[in-house]
Amino acid sequence: MTKQFLLDGQPVPFDDGQTILEAARKAGHYIPSLCWHKDFPPHGSCKLCVVKAAGRHVSACATPAKEGWEVESNTPEINGERRGLLQMLFVEGNHFCPSCEKSGNCELQALAYEYEVLTPRFRHFFPDRPVDASHPDVLLDFNRCIFCELCVRASREIDGKSVFALTGRGIGKHLVVNAESGQLGDTDFSATDAAAHICPVGVILPKGTGFAVPIGERSFDVATIRSKTLKESS
Amino acid sequence: MSFELETAANRESLRRVAIDPVSRVEGHGKVTLLLDEAGHVREARLHIVEFRGFEKFIQGRPYWEVPVMVQRLCGICPVSHHLAAAKALDPVVGALTITPTAEKIRRLMHYGQVLQSHALHFFHLSSPDLLFGFESPVQQRNIVGVAGAYPEVARQGVLLRKFGQEVIRITAGKRVHGTGAIPGGVNKSLTAAERDELLQDADQMIQWSRDAVHLARRLHETNGSLYDEFGLFRSHLFSIVRADGALDLYDGSLRLRDARGQIVLDHLPCADYATHITEEVKPWSYMKLPFITELGAARGWYKVGPLARVQNCDFIPSPLAELERQAFVAHGEGEPIHAPLAYHWARMIEMLHAAEVIRSLLDDPDLLSDNRLAEGPRQREGVGIIEAPRGTLIHHYRVGDDDLVSYCNLIVSTTHNNQAMNEAVRQVARRYLDGRQLTEGLLNHIEVAIRAFDPCLSCATHALGKMPLAVELVNADGSLVDSATSGG
Repeated sequence: MTKQFLLDGQPVPFDDGQTILEAARKAGHYIPSLCWHKDFPPHGSCKLCVVKAAGRHVSACATPAKEGWEVESNTPEINGERRGLLQMLFVEGNHFCPSCEKSGNCELQALAYEYEVLTPRFRHFFPDRPVDASHPDVLLDFNRCIFCELCVRASREIDGKSVFALTGRGIGKHLVVNAESGQLGDTDFSATDAAAHICPVGVILPKGTGFAVPIGERSFDVATIRSKTLKESS
Repeated sequence: MSFELETAANRESLRRVAIDPVSRVEGHGKVTLLLDEAGHVREARLHIVEFRGFEKFIQGRPYWEVPVMVQRLCGICPVSHHLAAAKALDPVVGALTITPTAEKIRRLMHYGQVLQSHALHFFHLSSPDLLFGFESPVQQRNIVGVAGAYPEVARQGVLLRKFGQEVIRITAGKRVHGTGAIPGGVNKSLTAAERDELLQDADQMIQWSRDAVHLARRLHETNGSLYDEFGLFRSHLFSIVRADGALDLYDGSLRLRDARGQIVLDHLPCADYATHITEEVKPWSYMKLPFITELGAARGWYKVGPLARVQNCDFIPSPLAELERQAFVAHGEGEPIHAPLAYHWARMIEMLHAAEVIRSLLDDPDLLSDNRLAEGPRQREGVGIIEAPRGTLIHHYRVGDDDLVSYCNLIVSTTHNNQAMNEAVRQVARRYLDGRQLTEGLLNHIEVAIRAFDPCLSCATHALGKMPLAVELVNADGSLVDSATSGG
C-alpha cells in the first residue's frame, strides 16, 4: 500500500526517500521554491518552501516525507511568512523590475506576483554592486543576486569549472568569480555552460539579447509560476 | 547673460508671488513673480524644481537595457524616449539602416504616441481653459467640467487617446512602458488580427481629429485679438524635417528658421547636433537653457514642438493635414505665427496627420513581416533624434568595448522651450498682472501660457485635473501678507 501524508488536509502519496516538496508537486500541489533544482541535492537556503510538519517549521525541499504527517503549506500563516521572505529578498538587492530584462522570466518577480507582494515593507538596502561586463558573451549583474547558489552548483557539478562561489557571511555575503582579477572574462566560463542558463533571477545574462522576446511571450506572461512549476513536475 | 525681467535688481525689497505647482501640465514646476510696492512685475521665472539624473545613472548599464530604462523618464511620452534611445543605439549593433518592417512598426508606435499625447493635452489639460475661459469658475475649469458641458467633445478626446494607446500596446506590448523597439529593430510584428482591430476605428479617428482641428481654428478665427496676441513673442523655430522638407516626426535632419520665417540652418545631420546646440545652466532652475551655438545665447534661443514643426516644414505629407496646414499658414498672412495659443491649433493639425499616417501604415503588408532586425559592424557611438509630441528629443550615447554605456546626453523637448516658456510667462505677467490685484483667474493666465507649450516638466510624472495651487504674498521681511489656495 502506498504511503501518504496529508498536505493541507489532502492526501499526498509518496515513495520512501521523497521529500515533501517532490511528493507534493508530483501530486499536483504547489509549494514554492527559488533555490531548489531537480538536478541538485536540496539546498534549503531560500526557505520559500517552508511548511509546518508535525507542528514544526521545516524546509519542504530538504525534509523527507513521513507516513501520516499532517503538513500545512497553503495557509495564511505560512504564505505570510513566504511573502515576508520575498520582501526581504527584494530589499537586500537592487531589483528594478521596470528596466530589468529578466522581467517576465524572473522567478523572484513571478513569486512576488503569486504571493501578492503589492508594496514595499522593509527599508531598501541599496547595496553598491557594480556589474561585471568583462566577458564577451555574458554579463553579470550582481544587483539581483539572491544567493541561491544554483550557478555555483551548476558550474561545479555539471560544468566542472567552479567559476562561482559565495563569500562573506551574514549581511556581507556576496557572489564572487573564481579568478585572480575577480572578473568573469578571466575565467573559462562559456555562454553554453549550464551555469549560464540556471539563474532564476537576472544576474547571469547573455549579452545583447535583452528585450528580444516581446511582452506577452515571456515565460510568466503565458503561465503563472504555480502552473508552470506543476506542469514541469508532473 | 540675463533677459529682461529674468533677474530683478534689489530682489530683497520685492514681494514674492509663487504659483507652485503649475497645474494641468506634466511634471512639477513653479512660477515666481517678484513685485514692487506698486504691484509692478520686476521678475518672472518658470522654475523646474525636480532633479532626475538619468544621464548619470544610465552610465555603466548595458546598452540593450537603455531604451526600456530611459523611457521611465516619462509617463506620457515614454515611446518618444524609447524610440530615440533605440535609434541612437541602432549603430551600436551595426544597424545603420533598419529593416522596412522595423521602421514602419516604430513609426506606427510613434504616431500612436503623438496622437494619444496630443489628445490628452488638448482635451484633458487645455480644453477647460479654451472652452470656459481663462477666468471661468475654477470648479468648472477641468475635464469633468468639459464632460458636463460638452460631453461629445470630452468623449472624443477620451476615445482618441484610447486609440493612440491601443496602437502603442499592439506595437510595444503595453500601453505605457513597453519593450517593442530594441537596438537594431523591433521585437514583434503585427498579426493580421491586431492590424484589423486598429483598422476598425482608424477612419473615425481621422474624422474626430479633423473636428478637433476645426475647433482650435475657430478659437483663432472668432477671437483673434486674444488668441493671436496672448503671450506673444517672436523667436527662431527648430525641428527635424524630412530630406524633401516634409513634416516627419520620426526621422530627418535639423532645420532652423528665424522669426521672420527665413531658413537659417538646414539639412544639418542629427549626429552633428552638439556642434550647433549649446546648453546654458542658470542657478534658478534644474532645466538647462539651450541655444543655437552660431547665434549665441541672446539671439539663438528658439521654439520647438507643434508650432515650430508645422511652420518649419515645407508641407505635410498627408492630404487632410496639409489642407489644414495651408489654412494655418494663411492665417499668418505671410508671417510666421508665434502666438503661444496657436500651439493648440498646430498640435491638432499634427494629431490629424498622425491619424492619417496610422491609417495609411495599416495597409502596409510590411507590418506583418518577420524581417525585424538588422545588424552589421558595430559602432561605439550613436545619436537618435525624434520629434516627440512636445518637440525635438535628442538622445546621445557612447558604448564601451564591454557593452556598457560610458556617456549619455539627453536634450528633452521641453528643455528646448525653456527660454520660450519663460518669455511667454514674462509677456503675460507684463500684460495681465502688472499693477493689478492678483486673483486665481489672473494667475491662471500664466498657467494658460505655459500649458500652451504642453511642457513635461519632469518628463516622468504627470497629473491632471485639480492640483493644489498655493499663492503667497510675502513681505520683504518674509512675513506673510496674503495667501490663497485652490484645487488640491
